Amino acid sequence: MDAVDRRLIEATQGGLPLVPEPYRAVGEAIGLEGEEVERRLRRLLSEGVVRRIGLVPNHYALGYRANGMAVWDVADDKVGELGRRVGALEFVTHCYRRPRRLPNWPYNLFSMVHGKSRQEVEEKVARIATLLGSACGAHEVLYSEKILKKTGLRLGPREGE
Amino acid sequence: MSKALDSTDRAILNALQGGFPIADRPFAIAAAELGLTEPDLIARLRSLLDDGVATRFGPLFNAEAMGGALTLAAISVPEERFEEVAALVNAHPEVAHNYRRCHAFNMWFVVACERPEQVRRVLEEIERESGLPIIDLPKEEEFFLELKLTA
Repeated sequence: MDAVDRRLIEATQGGLPLVPEPYRAVGEAIGLEGEEVERRLRRLLSEGVVRRIGLVPNHYALGYRANGMAVWDVADDKVGELGRRVGALEFVTHCYRRPRRLPNWPYNLFSMVHGKSRQEVEEKVARIATLLGSACGAHEVLYSEKILKKTGLRLGPREGE
Repeated sequence: MSKALDSTDRAILNALQGGFPIADRPFAIAAAELGLTEPDLIARLRSLLDDGVATRFGPLFNAEAMGGALTLAAISVPEERFEEVAALVNAHPEVAHNYRRCHAFNMWFVVACERPEQVRRVLEEIERESGLPIIDLPKEEEFFLELKLTA
């Protein structure tokens, strides 16, 4: 990723302009031809720097009013294998292993479960609990109540600039 | 959010959460696949964004692929200070998302930085500014990440 890529990221991190030739418009703003913007974006996409290009949906607006972060205390020797199986469930959108922070946070497996209602989320969480079985001690579901900020990654000026 | 979504809105939402073309006239290509005209699709996307049905339209970035880092962090914020602390957390541009959750740990935010050492610095600043301890929960293993919602 070079300095020009960085300018391109800064110019598009808030979104693409909604005009018929958006990459040309971005290029005009930063002194590049549209073709070069497209070439660079294709490369950044293949490198995984750009994960995808598209709409970021608002869960609540789509009726997914219950967004539960289900967290689990899973035996350390089983969490790798079980984490993979939980992640493969079709209703789990993100699944990660994270460190415990004792004494107040004893959970090491995080799984996001979305549903139209809390009841729906609870049913899905019960299926995860069944999968984890005795390898899991405690668990909780933390429902989101409010989106306080959702801007995504934003690059700022480099230090020293 | 007052407007109901019709079947065209849903089709757009389901088709365009990723894979938007990188081409000279990308909206024309995407519109044709949906059976819409180019100006129609552009107008619909503008409405979805204006109405808050979608929060952004464009490239989504991976801090780690850039050589950067991300973490998930949480704070247990006393209720009477919640708005104040939310404002000071949100004021950091490195905070990509911040959610209120129903738990003693009631504020959950993602810090995403271009350079890994910045993450620690941002968390330390937030701790100092708020006077509240933060639990830092970086990902140790990623099992699955698929952000597609069905409209």
